[in-house]
Amino acid sequence: MTMLKIQNLGISFGGLHAVDDFNMEVKKGCLYGLIGPNGAGKTTVFNLLTGVYKPNEGIITLDGQDITGKKTIDINHAGIARTFQNIRLFKELTVAENVKVGLHNQLHYSTLEGILRLPRYYAVERQIQEQALELLKVFDLDKEAEVLAANLPYGKQRKLEIARALATKPKLLLLDEPAAGMNPNETLELMETIKFVRKHFDMTIILIEHDMKLVSGICEELTVLNFGRVLCQGDTNEVLNDPEVIKAYLGE
Amino acid sequence: MNTFLMNIKSNKTLKSKIITLGLVVGVYIIMQVLLSAGAVSSLIKGLLVPLCTYAILAVSLNLTVGILGELSLGHAGFMCIGAFSSAFFSKCMQDAIPVAGIRFTAAILIGALCAGLFGLLIGIPVLRLKGDYLAIVTLAFGEIAKNVINMLYIGIDENGMHFSTKSTLELNLSENGRVIIQGAQGITGTPNDSSFTVGIILLLITLLVILNLIHSRDGRAIMAIRDNTIAAESVGINITKYKLMAFSVSAAFAGVAGVLYAHNLSTLSATPKNFGYNMSIMILVFVVLGGIGNIRGSIIASVILTLLPELLRSLNDYRMLIYAIVLIVMMLFNWAPACIQWREKVVYKLKAKKIRTKEAE
Repeated sequence: MTMLKIQNLGISFGGLHAVDDFNMEVKKGCLYGLIGPNGAGKTTVFNLLTGVYKPNEGIITLDGQDITGKKTIDINHAGIARTFQNIRLFKELTVAENVKVGLHNQLHYSTLEGILRLPRYYAVERQIQEQALELLKVFDLDKEAEVLAANLPYGKQRKLEIARALATKPKLLLLDEPAAGMNPNETLELMETIKFVRKHFDMTIILIEHDMKLVSGICEELTVLNFGRVLCQGDTNEVLNDPEVIKAYLGE
Repeated sequence: MNTFLMNIKSNKTLKSKIITLGLVVGVYIIMQVLLSAGAVSSLIKGLLVPLCTYAILAVSLNLTVGILGELSLGHAGFMCIGAFSSAFFSKCMQDAIPVAGIRFTAAILIGALCAGLFGLLIGIPVLRLKGDYLAIVTLAFGEIAKNVINMLYIGIDENGMHFSTKSTLELNLSENGRVIIQGAQGITGTPNDSSFTVGIILLLITLLVILNLIHSRDGRAIMAIRDNTIAAESVGINITKYKLMAFSVSAAFAGVAGVLYAHNLSTLSATPKNFGYNMSIMILVFVVLGGIGNIRGSIIASVILTLLPELLRSLNDYRMLIYAIVLIVMMLFNWAPACIQWREKVVYKLKAKKIRTKEAE
């Protein structure tokens, strides 16, 4: 079953075609990799998928629902969550609160119930706390629940961003260079985490990555972007042995 | 383990809330005792209501500056709206509602509502923008509000309300009509409904509402927007809604402070001194020196910085010099990295001592 379908997607900034005639199909439950040299337009694709940019042309459908050109929050409600290349946590909030913000649309009480501290406030707040800690436990962050997010070590900040994205109960998770800045050990650990997330949450994942070890280790399918266009697409091993791809990465 | 962590967190915020509220109630009781013993000078007596006013203003501005993370330079403008709308209401209804309690409660609600509404109206176009636009627009709003009220003449007679922007004569009132707002002279004869007790009650309500708002689902969303707007949007937070919520609640409480202020004076007029730019900056100084995002600090700073110039009156020329030095010292104490380190050390030592004495027992 297709989870995400992108047809003829394109956007240009001034005269630059950042992404042009981009097509991609991601099956449900797949771990999909989006790779390419710097400036190829990978993050732009993510920004188009999450409504940060509006595409000039093309159609994006998620689980059969047209989400082209919708606002970021509507797309999140439709079921896409993401992490960022340069980590964007709520730094002055605690680790637990970061996840709780992710749970914002899952568990409700009204503003008045919050201000007047009605019984529903306590009941729902308790639920929020339990779910947040449960999620943090998955990422081995439950001991740091009350630490400010800014004070977490780098690797854990990356994990927290994934946990926060998952709190919004998405169908599709977009990871933008999750291994950037990690040492080989942390990268290995991250690989396990991503695999675990897919299994545990039954998640479809697209990831942008430069670390070829990570990509070849966990991705089932790949799309290679170069100068905003698809260079090659398909099964991971085939793509990585494609002469065009090798040329784009290593030169002739 | 789960419930354990949860208890720590909720206990901490609850404890902090109780300390803040207890502080206010404690000061109130001490002042009442001193008042009944006759140990309070008339100077301080006259300052009690303004102190409550400034504390409410500082706490409410902290919601915009500290929690929402937007700079507002027109807080006095919202106070002005609250003051005049409520004084207008009280003056009109002076005969219709003779019970002061009911009239004043209604006046407070009207003042809060009007100021909150203006907050919403300003917030809708401005808070959609990113950057320092709010500071610029609120600065202009404060000045506009003050100047518009200065040229406004409103009278009332059996035919209804009459408006003019020129003079009382232009109102064309019938013989038994009366002028309520007289341009630059403002409103005279507002019933004196404010008192220290009312002020403290309003301050407690302000604290409860704002603290409860901060430590709730909505407060988390507001702080998430402050920390990283793009990320907040990506997890499905409605940015405009929460920015507007924080800003208009903040404006509404500035309106409440205005109501308290207006009903403490026999003549209410909009001068640069009480509703001008300087006043907005002074409230901002309370917030910054008390600690941005620190509600309790806002109250303490507003009390110290209001009392100080009054208490130093006998020193004449040196008064403002000392005031300036205190400002600098407070800023260093709150924000200098070395000072923060030193404070943390002291707190840590105190805690260690406490634990040791407990163990010794």
